[in-house]
Amino acid sequence: MASNVTIVLNGEPRGAPAGETLLALLETIGVAPGRAAVELNGRVVRRDDYPRLALRDNDRVEVVQLVGGG
Amino acid sequence: MKTETLTLGGRSFPSRLIVGTGKYPDFDVMRLAIEASGAALVTVAVRRVDLSKRGGGKSLLDYLDTGKVTLLPNTAGCSTADEAVRIARLGREAGLSELVKLEVIGDETTLFPDNEGLLQATRVLVKEGFTVLPYTNDDLVVAKRLRDAGAAAVMPLAAPIGSGLGIQNAVNLRLLLDEIRDLPVIVDAGVGTASDAAMVMEMGADGVLMNTGIAGAGDPVKMARAMRLAVEAGRLAREAGRIPKKLHATASSPVEGLLRQDP
Repeated sequence: MASNVTIVLNGEPRGAPAGETLLALLETIGVAPGRAAVELNGRVVRRDDYPRLALRDNDRVEVVQLVGGG
Repeated sequence: MKTETLTLGGRSFPSRLIVGTGKYPDFDVMRLAIEASGAALVTVAVRRVDLSKRGGGKSLLDYLDTGKVTLLPNTAGCSTADEAVRIARLGREAGLSELVKLEVIGDETTLFPDNEGLLQATRVLVKEGFTVLPYTNDDLVVAKRLRDAGAAAVMPLAAPIGSGLGIQNAVNLRLLLDEIRDLPVIVDAGVGTASDAAMVMEMGADGVLMNTGIAGAGDPVKMARAMRLAVEAGRLAREAGRIPKKLHATASSPVEGLLRQDP
């Protein structure tokens, strides 16, 4: 698959197929959508929107999860 | 109010002990310790998924029974109001809960809160519908401001985070507990052992939040049970009403009918 957009995922540049959705991206990196939260260009994305939102060139994506803490 | 019920932002929890999920030797010990603590609310942190491990590695959530415990995402590590608001929003999406333990740290060595940032973030998050539980210092004036800003509780420290020093400023804590009556006060940070937890409950705290005190103990599962009993015992003693302290002795047995040596 040709990489034709470049995004910044968790601070690292990365290629992605044009039109790839957030849901597909999560699948690619092996993160269960119900276990993560996603920020797209500084805004939190609702889970329901993962299948609808397609990645665009220069998108900044943050994928976070819950970890142990006090 | 029931001895064991803690009410936060209209939600009731069947334990006054809130525990953290950090610093355990492993997830299995954590799971057992949380079970032994009886806690119904557990704090979690929000961090970037590690992309070098597929799926971000082992998931904490596999070891938490979210049917039994409610997740309380924190904003640990944030040093500005903006950062804390950002993490709170992500935490809400990841934990699917409107509760947030708000931390805005003002000093890296002591991990003391930044009062100004804390108030600012509280106002923003309350407006967005969060149930804000701010970690604050043992300062009555700040507690009042947080209350006025719409916080659902105030969570003053007993001692620095992770220090295990116990109550370092009993007067400040007493004054705060005495004045803040219309909002739950949860002592967060500094509890080192069971007597510390019992003491803050006897002083009138509505709850206790701890992580290192349990996770760092020699036997975290045993300490979790000790903390559970201490919180319950302290609360019961508070409700029962202790006897006044007196300087001199008062006999517990009757003086009448005592056999005396014939003169």
